[in-house]
Amino acid sequence: MLTTLFDRDTWQEIFGSIQKNKLRTMVTVIGVLWGIFIYISLSGASKGLDNGFEREFEEVAINSLFVWAQNTSIPYDGFRTGRRMQLKLDDKAFLQKRIPELQYIAPRVARGAFGGSGSDVKHKGKSGSYAIFGDFPILVKIATKDIYNGGRFINQSDIDNQRKVCVIGERTQEELFEAKENPIGAFIEIDGMYFKVVGVHKFTPGGGFESDSDIFIPFTTFKVLYNTGDRVNWFAMAAYDDADVVAVEADIKAALRVKHRVHPDDERAFGSFNLGEVFNKVKGFSNGMYILSLIVGIATILAGVVGIGNILLISVRERTKELGIRRALGATPIEVRAQIIIESVFLTLIAGIVGIILGAFVLALLGYVFKDPLIPFVNPTVPIKFILGALVLMVGLGTLIGLIPAQRAVSIKPIDALREE
Amino acid sequence: MIEIKDLHKSYTMGKSTLHVLKGINFSVAEGEMVAIMGSSGSGKSTLLNILGMLDVANEGTYNLDGKIIKDLDETKAAVYRNKFLGFVFQSFNLISYKTALENVMLPLYYQKIARKERQKSAQKYLEHVGLGPWATHQPNELSGGQKQRVAIARALVSEPKVLLADEPTGALDTKTSYELMDLLQKINDAGKTLLIVTHELDIANMCKRIVHLRDGIIVENKKVDQVKASQYVE
Repeated sequence: MLTTLFDRDTWQEIFGSIQKNKLRTMVTVIGVLWGIFIYISLSGASKGLDNGFEREFEEVAINSLFVWAQNTSIPYDGFRTGRRMQLKLDDKAFLQKRIPELQYIAPRVARGAFGGSGSDVKHKGKSGSYAIFGDFPILVKIATKDIYNGGRFINQSDIDNQRKVCVIGERTQEELFEAKENPIGAFIEIDGMYFKVVGVHKFTPGGGFESDSDIFIPFTTFKVLYNTGDRVNWFAMAAYDDADVVAVEADIKAALRVKHRVHPDDERAFGSFNLGEVFNKVKGFSNGMYILSLIVGIATILAGVVGIGNILLISVRERTKELGIRRALGATPIEVRAQIIIESVFLTLIAGIVGIILGAFVLALLGYVFKDPLIPFVNPTVPIKFILGALVLMVGLGTLIGLIPAQRAVSIKPIDALREE
Repeated sequence: MIEIKDLHKSYTMGKSTLHVLKGINFSVAEGEMVAIMGSSGSGKSTLLNILGMLDVANEGTYNLDGKIIKDLDETKAAVYRNKFLGFVFQSFNLISYKTALENVMLPLYYQKIARKERQKSAQKYLEHVGLGPWATHQPNELSGGQKQRVAIARALVSEPKVLLADEPTGALDTKTSYELMDLLQKINDAGKTLLIVTHELDIANMCKRIVHLRDGIIVENKKVDQVKASQYVE
């Protein structure tokens, strides 16, 4: 068998029979080629999507969560229902003590972030209304802020000294400053008070719920400017990597209910949101896509291979006489069988390799077309072991399917084959 | 060389059974040139197919050069055919997409002989049948007579003990037929045993013995004065 595989005559036989009907062979090969092509491009594309989502979530800690106050829904401890809840700065220390899974916690205050009107901001005759956030430096550990060269984010010293400094968004810069003007070190007027710009943060695509049309100032400065005291609008938090974000979220809310004297079953008193869950959903979606592409790809390959088997059956029928001659001249059934199977595997393999090359080409093209950072599609690839797996699968199927026409070829008696005119 | 005893063969078609060979006893010595004659349906082709191990008898014994041919599976039959027998068919049965040389090389391929050697002996036999210069031509570029010569070269290349020819001149005109018979006679003169199935008397008379079949039995088995085909070939 192995010697047959490397014999020049074997290949001459195969090319001879392939060349006898070029068009038919080509159409057959396209069947398998299409299968592997679909498989490669689909799974590559779903991988690209997966990578894209990974990139999107890189900006924010995957295990981050957010908690804010709402109204109670159950009367408790002498309080009536519908009591307005308010988070305070001291909740931070409380939560840090009670919830050991918490890695970072950043209290945040804001104006104009969720529906409310923003603050009036002016600079050299230009003005606009922007969302103002009062933040701690720890925020960057939870939601990455890319600061342009020459700038920085709010630091601890700003907090301690209640400095009037701010970090502005990219669009804020575009709207308030001349194109050539360097915003770093410049002063802008926020609700009648002057702030020094210390950094410009990059727009982070898809980061979710923030834009680049915003201004960050130190928490302590915000507190004084807007007279918010120790009130906190919401906490941005990150759990340790190995923690179960959903469980941590529940624990935090339970702890807050205790501290704020809320009924233990009151789910409405505090609102929360965790990115981990969203991330898992997105992950699940891209995993689903991947499995779908795998199934579709394999099914298409299967259909193609069946096509090859079909065509070989016809070819065997057409070559009945030739096979009869060969057997009269001394070809053993094994040799006849081997010839048909090698033909099947050869066609499958050629189709597979061409399909892989075409698929890789399309993936390269997709990668190029979707270079836009706004589209979550990065580096569409198929791992080499999956490609090899597909090839092995094809060769296996090609052999199996080749067995049918091969058996047919052998089952025809040489005498019957020769009699056929 | 060949000895068969009490050979029976019948075909079953649905409910009816067709008894084709009804007890054939016959032998061929080495170096003989025997014609098997008979009208169509007399069983001559069936006999040749059994001799060629392309078909099996229902009853009787077949002895080829001291070997009892019995209960052969397809693989063994293929090996025996390749080693002991050379076939020439009425319709030439060359493989259309192979050159004359490649067609002649084919039996040696199944003997697993190295390519160089195959090429050498195939070329030798092609020259032997007078087609040396036609080695690289494909069958559709050859005339009927030439095709049959290629087929003869192919039958001889494996140096078989017996050459079996089924109506070798059936598809050829008279002149070409005689040229071919001349070639076959020369091969016989060189010592090869030949068995030729024909229904043409002039062809049969160019053999050394005629076996006449009718309705599945041998009705006549006589030696004849061989007519040399060379006298018709200029």
